[in-house]
Amino acid sequence: MSYSPTIVAFLCNWCAYTGADLAGTSRLRYAPNIRVIRIMCSGRIEPTFILKAFKEGADGVLVCGCHPGDCHYQEGNYKCLRRFRLIEKYIEQMGIEKDRIKLEWISASEGKQFAELVNNMTKTLLTLGPSKVKSTLEVES
Amino acid sequence: MSNETTNQKPKLNLAIYWGSACGGCCVSVLDVHEKVLDIVAAADLVFWPIALDIKYKDVEAMPDGHIDLTLFNGAVRNSENEHIAKLLRKKSKILVAYGSCAYMGGIPGLANFTVKEDLLRRVYEESESTLNPEKIRPLTEVKVPEGKLTIPHLYNTVRCLDQVVDVDYYIPGCPPQSERLVEVFSLVVSGKPLPPKGTVVGALEKTNCDECKRTKSENKKIKKFYRPWEIQDDKVTCFLEQGVICMGPATRGGCGVRCVEGNSPCRGCYGPPSTSSDPGAKMISAIGTMIDSNSEEEISKIIEDIVDPAGLFYRFSLPGSILRRKVV
Repeated sequence: MSYSPTIVAFLCNWCAYTGADLAGTSRLRYAPNIRVIRIMCSGRIEPTFILKAFKEGADGVLVCGCHPGDCHYQEGNYKCLRRFRLIEKYIEQMGIEKDRIKLEWISASEGKQFAELVNNMTKTLLTLGPSKVKSTLEVES
Repeated sequence: MSNETTNQKPKLNLAIYWGSACGGCCVSVLDVHEKVLDIVAAADLVFWPIALDIKYKDVEAMPDGHIDLTLFNGAVRNSENEHIAKLLRKKSKILVAYGSCAYMGGIPGLANFTVKEDLLRRVYEESESTLNPEKIRPLTEVKVPEGKLTIPHLYNTVRCLDQVVDVDYYIPGCPPQSERLVEVFSLVVSGKPLPPKGTVVGALEKTNCDECKRTKSENKKIKKFYRPWEIQDDKVTCFLEQGVICMGPATRGGCGVRCVEGNSPCRGCYGPPSTSSDPGAKMISAIGTMIDSNSEEEISKIIEDIVDPAGLFYRFSLPGSILRRKVV
């Protein structure tokens, strides 16, 4: 079977999810590789969500929130950003390529940008190949 | 077993074993001082390699469930650790993962940042004090005139006890505080109902910060991180507020905040609090909230000072964490 990456996407309710919705209602065609999980705010992202996604077999994790300054809860996206930079550092140490996780700001009107983002990330993950997190855990324990 | 106190309950059978451990946990049992007399009054030590000459074959000869309480310390990283873990599970009514290594992998668990081959090469060939031009490595099997000699083989991945056998209770700590051990032991001796299986005993539900006496403000703000030697600790303010990473927010209380009381930041040996499964994730979450900047570049710059987040946040818990080991 040929490899088709699985991306777990955490989208904030107020901007990114609405943006993704716009991509749908605008009938944009984009890679069907994302599995969307709606969260209230990107600041709700706990690092465990990202780690568990990899453990369960995700090839990439995408986190999208409101643009800086636009957060529905004032500061959530900044908190997400700070955590994200640390998670990037951590997963690299754990042998997971940094490009497998991505944080982007998508506003409610950016359906087109969202579709492009998913296409680009899918392309990146096709080049990287399948994630080895799950197989490592299976072999080693 | 002659016992002059005839009206007493029968003595318990107690076993203490070390897997991949430093010996500190076994010593922590002795740290109960004179209470050790109460322990031996209530229990017979049927197996304790550090102190008693009882052989594996003696344990193998015991009927199943013969041991009432086994304190297993140390991680599982070779075939001997695994064999004895399985054996003791069979022979014990209550099996306790005692100490950070048995609970979450502990310091030996840091080997999960590498693989066996790199580890052996470093130790037997590359380390600065090693002189081994023939590159001799230990063999797990060797033939001698008298027959074949074997030693246990090392695994590629370190595991904590509950990844190998079913575990009844966990007592965290590196080593566990001896007072907690006495409490748990007294409970077992008393015959009172035990907590539900899988409980972390001898520790609190909440974090170390809850117990810590240093002054803290509601919203911590960190502009720069320091290594402990880079800064003069004022001995009263929360370490994190001084910019020194302290694992308190991601660590279960119960130790009496001993490290901080000794003016050293918490290192996280008690593992994550009951609300979290992964200490590093919890710590990343906590620190993310404290970094005092909203600018991309400044955040990256502040985080640069955390040189080794994985090693720092998972010092005692890598095998028990979500990712368990470096991806290979």
